[in-house]
Amino acid sequence: MSAERIELGPDEVRHVATLARIGLDDAEVERLVGELQTILGHVATISALPIADVPPTAHSLDVAGALREDVAKPGVTREQALANAPDPAVDGFRVPPIGS
Amino acid sequence: MAAIDVIGLTAERAAALLRAGECSSEELAGAYLERIEAFDPALHGYLHVDPEHTLAAARAQDQSGNVGLAGVPIAYKDLLSTKGVPTTAGSKILEGFIPLEDADVVARGNAAGLVSLGKTNLDEFAMGSSTEHSAYGPTRNPWDQTRVPGGSSGGSAAVVAAGLAPWSLGTDTGGSIRQPAAFCGLVGLMPTYGTVSRFGVVAFACSLEQVGPMTLTVRDCALLQQVIAGGSERDATCVGLREPIVLPEPGRLDGVRFGVPWAELEDGVDPGIRERFDASLKLATELGAELVDVELPYARHGLAAYYVIAPAEASANLSRFDGVRYGLRVDGPDLRSMYEATRSAGFGPEVKRRIMIGTYALSAGYHDAYYVQAQRVRTLIRRDFDAAFLGVDAILLPTAPTTAFPMGARMDDPLAMYANDIFTLPVNLAGIPALSIPNGLVEGLPSGLQIIGAAHTENTLLRFGAAFEQAIGFDPVPPALRGGAA
Repeated sequence: MSAERIELGPDEVRHVATLARIGLDDAEVERLVGELQTILGHVATISALPIADVPPTAHSLDVAGALREDVAKPGVTREQALANAPDPAVDGFRVPPIGS
Repeated sequence: MAAIDVIGLTAERAAALLRAGECSSEELAGAYLERIEAFDPALHGYLHVDPEHTLAAARAQDQSGNVGLAGVPIAYKDLLSTKGVPTTAGSKILEGFIPLEDADVVARGNAAGLVSLGKTNLDEFAMGSSTEHSAYGPTRNPWDQTRVPGGSSGGSAAVVAAGLAPWSLGTDTGGSIRQPAAFCGLVGLMPTYGTVSRFGVVAFACSLEQVGPMTLTVRDCALLQQVIAGGSERDATCVGLREPIVLPEPGRLDGVRFGVPWAELEDGVDPGIRERFDASLKLATELGAELVDVELPYARHGLAAYYVIAPAEASANLSRFDGVRYGLRVDGPDLRSMYEATRSAGFGPEVKRRIMIGTYALSAGYHDAYYVQAQRVRTLIRRDFDAAFLGVDAILLPTAPTTAFPMGARMDDPLAMYANDIFTLPVNLAGIPALSIPNGLVEGLPSGLQIIGAAHTENTLLRFGAAFEQAIGFDPVPPALRGGAA
């Protein structure tokens, strides 16, 4: 399978993990450097195709959105909405402080 | 009454038994539950089974008279939300999650009187081709328990092949119905994009995925598609069927023109798969069909385009798993460290890999080079298919380039795992339907024939599939289960 060489090091992987809000340990970073180089190297085989004038697909089939009547209907109750929450407070979802 | 032999029992036949009063829905469900209890611990096709719930649902169908398909059991991929019943998507991050609503396809199944036997195993968030990426352990292939059942709908395939359900629903984002159907000797349909509601399907890549049937026969496939297809006011991309699904009868293929993209078959296809494929081409001509060369020059770029578009959509869809509203939470001193710890602990390696690829491809400076370029390739793949369908009624390809591979064989090589979907994922990129039917055995393992059509040609594909099915004469019961054994 053909591949391009992709320059991607541990710092880039850590940066992307921060954007994705995924904590990675050093072993995972090291493994992902190699895996992402391989996968993105294959993906990059399409980057040189001379197709700049081709419109990118927005939807695979030409269909209009199937919209329902804009009528208010009952939704979930507060109790239902909180039923699966890992840390429900009296009236909502409790989370740790935003700043540290 | 003698115990019901459910091995190889089609849903169509099960419905006939129920309507004739030869068994009750409760007895039928009980026969499957007994087999599940005996054989699923080794197979691990199910993630959740609740016998009392199933038997109560079956009794309710018996009391209301068992018309049509009512009372026939079914298994649902655990990516489909089930009200009040745990739905994990094969991920630790959703362990213990209880949906508030049924997925539309489950609601349609309930309305038809289908009785759920349980929820089936899958690669985590449907990301994989072997079901080895389930956070709850792999499923085994009933044809050879040292091999994978395919994926991501591997549990849905294995339970039907092993006689632990008469049929099931899977989802297909890049081949996740068709490839496990091929690996387990079943029929699987990837429907035209937008004909089946995705409401209540745990989202992986919204522009690519559809729910579809996994069955023992082409007619069962049509019957189940009749149940699940149709517009929904809860999925704005779902426009439903252009014409009702018709139950196909096997017949000849006189005057039918099948396209064969020979160039795509030149390398990477196992010789045994190629032999079975060529044999079915010969069958097609004996049934009166004509074979036509077609070119799909951009299909070979489908793998690269797919592994930008699908991870990009996944990285956005999976951002909802943040430890706040549902699922796992791992605490931290502040919000961001809670997010990072939760997602680190809750997602498995393949899911992390895809989120990382998608996040990278969508990040500043790379978006045009990766994502927009991939969507251009997607347009060209659609145009390839459009051009081909001007001259042919359907396109034939193997479903997968190999038979079921040994467990563990591809776990250390993500790209080799992805490459198993080379013949299926261009179909998802184009949003068109494809039917996989069993295409005979290669060294004792099932192979698949994929029949690809233009949008909204499901009835045509099912008719062609029924013709091939009769001509090929495949027995979907694995040898170890024949003659009433095990």
